[in-house]
Amino acid sequence: MTKDYLIERNGKKYEVVIGLEVHAQVLSESKLFSTSPTKFGSEPNTQVSLVDAAFPGMLPVINEFCIKQAIKTGIGLNAKINNKSIFDRKNYFYADLPQGYQISQYKDPIVGEGTVVLDLASGSKTIGIERLHLEQDAGKSIHDIDPKNTLVDLNRSGVALMEIVSKPDLRSPEEVNVYIKKLRSIMRYLGTCDGNMQEGSLRADVNVSVRKQGEDKYGTRCEIKNVNSIKFMQMAIEHEANRQVDILEEGGKIDQETRLFDTKKNETRSMRSKEDAHDYRYFPDPDLLPLEFNDEYVEIIKKEIPELPDQKKSRFIEKFNLSPYEANILVSDLDISKYFEAVIENSDVKLSSNWITGELFALLNEKNLEITESPISAKNLSNLINLIKDGTISGKIAKTVFEMMAEEDKNPIEIVKEKGLKQQSDPKELEKLIEKVINDNQDKVKEYKSGKEKLFGFFVGQAMKVSGGKANPQLVNDILKKKLK
Amino acid sequence: MSNIIDLSLSELVSNIKNKKLSSYDVTSEYVERSKKSKNLNTYIEETFDAALKKAKEFDTKPDLNKKLPGIPMAIKDLFCTKNVKTTASSKILNNFIPTYESTVTQNLWNDGAILLGKLNCDEFAMGSSNETSYFGNVISPIDKDLVPGGSSGGSASALAAKLTPATIGTDTGGSIRQPASFTGTVGLKPTYGSCSRYGIVAFASSLDQAGPMTRNVNDAALLLEVMSSFDNKDSTSVDFKRPMYSKDLSKDIKGKKIGIPKEYRVDGMSEEIEKLWENGKNYLKDCGAEIIDVSLPHTKFALPTYYIVAPAEASSNLARYDGVKYGFRTKGNNLIDMYEKTRSAGFGDEVKRRIMIGTYVLSSGYYDAYYLKAQKVRRLIKNDFNNIFQKVDAILTPSTPSSAFKIGDKSNDPVSMYLNDIFTVPVNLAGLPGISIPAGLDKKGYPLGLQIIGKSFDEQNILNIAYSMEDKINFKFNLKEWWIND
Repeated sequence: MTKDYLIERNGKKYEVVIGLEVHAQVLSESKLFSTSPTKFGSEPNTQVSLVDAAFPGMLPVINEFCIKQAIKTGIGLNAKINNKSIFDRKNYFYADLPQGYQISQYKDPIVGEGTVVLDLASGSKTIGIERLHLEQDAGKSIHDIDPKNTLVDLNRSGVALMEIVSKPDLRSPEEVNVYIKKLRSIMRYLGTCDGNMQEGSLRADVNVSVRKQGEDKYGTRCEIKNVNSIKFMQMAIEHEANRQVDILEEGGKIDQETRLFDTKKNETRSMRSKEDAHDYRYFPDPDLLPLEFNDEYVEIIKKEIPELPDQKKSRFIEKFNLSPYEANILVSDLDISKYFEAVIENSDVKLSSNWITGELFALLNEKNLEITESPISAKNLSNLINLIKDGTISGKIAKTVFEMMAEEDKNPIEIVKEKGLKQQSDPKELEKLIEKVINDNQDKVKEYKSGKEKLFGFFVGQAMKVSGGKANPQLVNDILKKKLK
Repeated sequence: MSNIIDLSLSELVSNIKNKKLSSYDVTSEYVERSKKSKNLNTYIEETFDAALKKAKEFDTKPDLNKKLPGIPMAIKDLFCTKNVKTTASSKILNNFIPTYESTVTQNLWNDGAILLGKLNCDEFAMGSSNETSYFGNVISPIDKDLVPGGSSGGSASALAAKLTPATIGTDTGGSIRQPASFTGTVGLKPTYGSCSRYGIVAFASSLDQAGPMTRNVNDAALLLEVMSSFDNKDSTSVDFKRPMYSKDLSKDIKGKKIGIPKEYRVDGMSEEIEKLWENGKNYLKDCGAEIIDVSLPHTKFALPTYYIVAPAEASSNLARYDGVKYGFRTKGNNLIDMYEKTRSAGFGDEVKRRIMIGTYVLSSGYYDAYYLKAQKVRRLIKNDFNNIFQKVDAILTPSTPSSAFKIGDKSNDPVSMYLNDIFTVPVNLAGLPGISIPAGLDKKGYPLGLQIIGKSFDEQNILNIAYSMEDKINFKFNLKEWWIND
C-alpha cells in the first residue's frame, strides 16, 4: 500500500476530496445541432452555420451520430442509459454564446450512474460516475489580438460536448491523473473522443474540498473552472487543498465559490462567489422534443462496442500470462495495444512485451513520438524478436539491429544478413575460438584454476570480443566451462 | 368581370389559369392600390418593383400547374425573406437582411406566389392591437381610429383593405384569429407542427404557428395546402399525410357533433356576442350538425398559463438579439454596458415587459411556482380538449370577447389587452387548429368572428364546418375606402 495523500498541518491530517466534471468533445464530423464541420484549427468563423450563429428563425436539429457517441460512452462507463432525456436551455449572456443560451441537459441527462475502475499502485479503486450529459460548446472570445475590441470565433460554437460528472470519490492529484487517463483511454477505445487536451477536446472543472481525516461529512467545496491539462489539474488541486487547509487552520470558513487556476502564478483565484452565481433559468428547450429511444436501439449500439481496456487487460493477463503491471501499460492506449497485438501475432509474448515497453518506449520517448508514428513497424519488431528467439542473434546484437531499424524501418533479417551479424553458434568454430583465447591468456587460466573464479567473466568477454560480439553467449559459456575444468 | 382587387384568391388563380388575367395584370393592380394606401401603415418594406418584374417573368413562361400561379402576396414581417429586410417590427432588427428564406414563404414562392412586401405587425408578434410596432401602429381600414388587432395587424388590415389577395400570419395566442375577427376576414391557425417554424422569427417556440389569412374559407384551404409541409429543419414539424384541403373542401357536415363550451360564456360578454354565438349554433343546426353542450373546466387558467409560458420562452428566444452578431447595436463601455444599452434602445416596452415576466418566472425560486405549474396546467387544458373530442368533432366559440377597439384604448392597460386573447389562447396551449370566420357586425358596425376549434391535424374538418357556415352567414361588409390617397 502506498501512503494516503494527506495534508498535514499543526499535527492534524486533512483528506482531500475531489470530484471532476470532464468536458469531452464528441468525436463527430458535424456539430450537435447543425451540419457545420468540427475540424480543429480552421480559419476563424469558417465553420459556422446560421444555426450556430443564432440567426433569427434558426432551429436546432439533433445530430443522431452525437447521440450514439454519448450512448457508447455511457456503455463504456458501465452506466445506465436513459431512454428518455431532455435538452434544456441554460440561459446566460456572453459574446461567444450567440443564442444567449447553451443547449444542455439538466434534470434528465442521456446517461445516468456508472463506474470507472482505476489501477493504482495500491490496487484498484472504483470511481463513481454521477451522470453524462450532452451540451453545446460555446465560441471563443479572443482578447489579445485587437487592443480595443474582443474578437469572437464561432467555429467551436455548437460543437457537441459530453460532460462527464464523477462522484466525489477521488482523493489525490495522482488519482485524478489516473482517472483522466483512464477516461481518455476508454473514450479513445470507443472512438467517441480523441482526448486531445492540447486542442481542448478534454478539459475539466475540478471540485475540491478538504476534511479532517476520519470525518464523514464533506467540507465546503470550491470549483476550479476549465483546467485543460492533467498537470495543471494536479497543481490546482494541490494549491487549492492547501489554501483551504490554511483557512481552516486559522479558524476560518471555506466559501463555496468558483475559482480560476492561474497557471503562471500556480494559484487559484476567486472568480465569483455563490451569491454572484448565475441564475441560468434552465427550462426544456421548446425547439427540441424530448429525446427518446428504445432498448433495442441501445442493444444495436452495444454490438458496436469494441473490447475495452479493462476487458483487454484481463485477457492479456489470462491468455498471455502477463503481469497486471505489464498488461496495464499495454492496454492503457488503444494504439499501443494494437501494436502489441500485431507484434505477438507471430512472436513470443514475453519478449514482445519487454521490447515494446523497454526499447521501443524509450525510443518513442526520446523522439517524442506516438506509437502510431513509431519508426519501427510492428512487423519488423516481430521479425527482430523472432531472430532473438531462434538464436540467430543475441540480445546484445539485437539492440544494435534495433538502433539501425530506428534509423530506417528495414527488415532486421536483411540487416543481419547484410552486416553479417548472425550469431556464431557452430560449436566447432567456437571451440577453436575459445582455445585461442585460453592460449593467449595462460596466466589468467592459472589464476582461475587456483580459485579466482570471478575470472570466468573475463574469458566470456574475450571470446565475445574476438567473435566481434557474434558468438552465441550460451554456447560460449558451456564450452568455456568444459575447457577450463 | 369585377375589379381584379375584388376577386378572391381562388378566383384570381382560376382567372390566371384560364389566361383571362396575367400575373402582371393582378400584380400591378395590387401595387397601385398598395401605393395609395399608405395611410393604413401596413407595409414595412415594399418590394413592388421586384414583384412587377417577377410577374412579367412569370407571364413570359407561365407555369399554370402551380397552385398560386403568379399571385402577388404581402406577408407578415416575422417571416425571414432572402435578401429582403426582415425586422419583426423591431428596432433591434431594423437593418437585418436575411440570407435565407423561411420554409413557409419558400413553399409559397415554389408554388408560384410573388412577394409584394413585408407587413407591419406587433414587435416580435407581442401584442393584440398592432400598437407595439417600432414602425408605428397599423390602422384598420374599417375606421381611422380603430385597431386592426394583432399581432398580425398589418396582414389583417392589408387583407381587409384589399392590398393583397391573401396573406399569411403567425399565431402564438390568437395573432391570426383575433385580427381576422376584427377585420371581417378569415384566419386559420393550423395544428402545431403543421407549418414549419424554420425561418420565422421566434416568439414562443412551443406556441408559434404560421397560418393563412384570407377573404374566404376556400382561399384559406388553398393557402394552407401550400404552406403546410413536413420540414426536417424544424424538429417540431410533424410528418403526417397532408390532405388537399381545397380540393377536399365540402359543405357536407351532416351529423357532425359540435361542442359549445360553457366556460367561454365569460362575465361581461356583450349580448351581441351571445347572439352571434347563438346564430352560429343555428346555422350549424341548419347544416345538419348536432349541438352538444360541453365543459372545458380549466379554461379560466388558460390566460395566466399563457402569460407565463409565452414570456418564459420569449425571454430566452430574444436573448440572441444582443448587438453582437447582427441587427442594431449601441456602443457601450464594456460588454455588459453594450448589452444593456443595445437592448434598452432596441426593444419596445411590451417586449421588455414580456422579457422581464419571462425572466422572472424562470428564475430560481420561482420556476416551480410559475413555469412548472403553468406547464402542468397546460397539460390539464390539453386534457380538457382531448376529453371533449371523445364526444364532439369540433368546438364553436366566439373568436374574441369584443369587436375591434379604438387605438390607444388599451395600450396603457396590458391586462385588459391580454384579456382580448381569452378565447384564442387555449387553442395554442393545446396545439390545436382553430379558424375564425366573420359572423356578423356589432352595433357599431364592426365585424365579429366565430371560432371553430378542431382536433389535432383535423384542419379539413374545421375548414368544412367553416365553409358551410360561411354559406349560411353570407357575411357582407362594404368598406368605405376613406384611406385611399390618389
